[in-house]
Amino acid sequence: MDSKVDQGVRYSKTHEWVRVEGGEAVIGISDYAQNKLCDIVFVELTAVGREMKVGAACMVIESVKAAEEVFAPVTGTVTARNEALVKTPELVNSDPFGKGWLVRVKLASPSEVNALMDAAAYTSFIATL
Amino acid sequence: MRTKLHDWHLAHGARMVDFGGWDMPVQYETGPREEHLRVREAAGLFDIDHMGRVEVSGADAEAFLQHVQTWDVSRLAPGRAHYSLLLNDSGGVVDDIFIYRRESSWLLVINAANAPKDIAWLAAHAVGFQVYIRDLREETCLAALQGPAAREILQALAPGSDVAGMGFHRVAEHTVAGARVVLCTTGYTGEPGFEILMPARECTRLWEAVLEAGARPSSRTGTPVPRRALPCGLAARDSLRAEVCLPLYGNEMDETTDPLAAGLMRAAVRLEGHDFIGRRALAALALAPLKRILVGFEMTEPGVPRHGYVIAAPAGRKAAGAGAGGAGASGAGAEIGKVTTGLFSPSTGKYLGMGYVKAEHSAVGSEVSIIIRDSHKAARIVERPFYTSPHWR
Repeated sequence: MDSKVDQGVRYSKTHEWVRVEGGEAVIGISDYAQNKLCDIVFVELTAVGREMKVGAACMVIESVKAAEEVFAPVTGTVTARNEALVKTPELVNSDPFGKGWLVRVKLASPSEVNALMDAAAYTSFIATL
Repeated sequence: MRTKLHDWHLAHGARMVDFGGWDMPVQYETGPREEHLRVREAAGLFDIDHMGRVEVSGADAEAFLQHVQTWDVSRLAPGRAHYSLLLNDSGGVVDDIFIYRRESSWLLVINAANAPKDIAWLAAHAVGFQVYIRDLREETCLAALQGPAAREILQALAPGSDVAGMGFHRVAEHTVAGARVVLCTTGYTGEPGFEILMPARECTRLWEAVLEAGARPSSRTGTPVPRRALPCGLAARDSLRAEVCLPLYGNEMDETTDPLAAGLMRAAVRLEGHDFIGRRALAALALAPLKRILVGFEMTEPGVPRHGYVIAAPAGRKAAGAGAGGAGASGAGAEIGKVTTGLFSPSTGKYLGMGYVKAEHSAVGSEVSIIIRDSHKAARIVERPFYTSPHWR
């Protein structure tokens, strides 16, 4: 199954994406990741005010099959979370780069974003998997 | 191991998973949710060729079966089927099976992972009986067509045969798409349907014929539901059976679980009319109060319960009905049981599960909590089954 790759975001090797908006960043999981997971039935989001550290497990997405950890693609403090996912976690399947966003964070060190893959690099990366 | 439909699955976008040593489709591209809902609304077709099946025949076949399993099969007329258990001497469940009485033989359908164990166990207990036990797995293929449109779909392939008129839990031979097959009106989804035992060499052709057989669109519902069967994987099979609380061997029961605790006495056991392995142990167990009981629960706080998770007394409160003499053994937050099956239920939109709990926590309405990643999530014991199909006539 072909996965969509949003051109305007950056990607981690664990399939999270980051969209920088000023000093904040919106975080989600890629279309490739939601395809792999298939039907998502529950999302456990980090609480607002909590700090997440790059590379650390910070959230859990549960599919029919299993519970999978989401790793923080950047370091920062959570300023908002996508409350719509409590009732409709399947938004992560239907619109992973849009309505299926997970949390918004205040970036602790904006340069971390540069270490992430751009769309072209991520496209090549998932082609090798 | 591979079923006879393995190549078909790979060619049709199935995601494969290991299930008790079998490489099985867990889902197709449609995904488990859509597959599940299609079975509830129309029909789904499942490859269950991994399941064991044996034919039992011979002069002592009935006497042998009365000895090795829990149902009184002398009361089963030819053409009828019943659920049953194989027990060990202490009343633990060796396997749960379906027995089909045919004109001059019996068909036993057994769990895939238990098949080698069961066949050895049956053979070991056959000493002294004039009985033939034949493994049918090589020469046949087994598939299940389940859902409210199943009768219509199969009838379209069986002109001249009254396939749709078969009652529930029956077995009969019919010609479907030109092949002689054994149809069993049993299944594992809570919907009407068939399990189809077909000649191995015809299986791919028949599988495709069933998928292509058109049934008229439903006129009852506003939006027309496709009335064709969708191929379905093990994920949908598991969520369908869990919603109607059909037990899964290895989850709801095993050799250390007895049918009393599992709540299977009425469905599978007749203590009278025959003596069978495990009967004496069961009769003794029946005299003592149950220590743990299989229950159904609903999450009142969102979260996905899964097999093996701990069930605890509700945090901060004593369970209703827990005696003052509990001495803290079942106090707030203490472990009272384990989840055997958990799921997000597509038909009800709820997070549901089954599990064994201490008897004093088993009443419907009792508050419990499920420990999910170290946090206590509130749940309530509810009536089983969670879902009842409106499609039974």
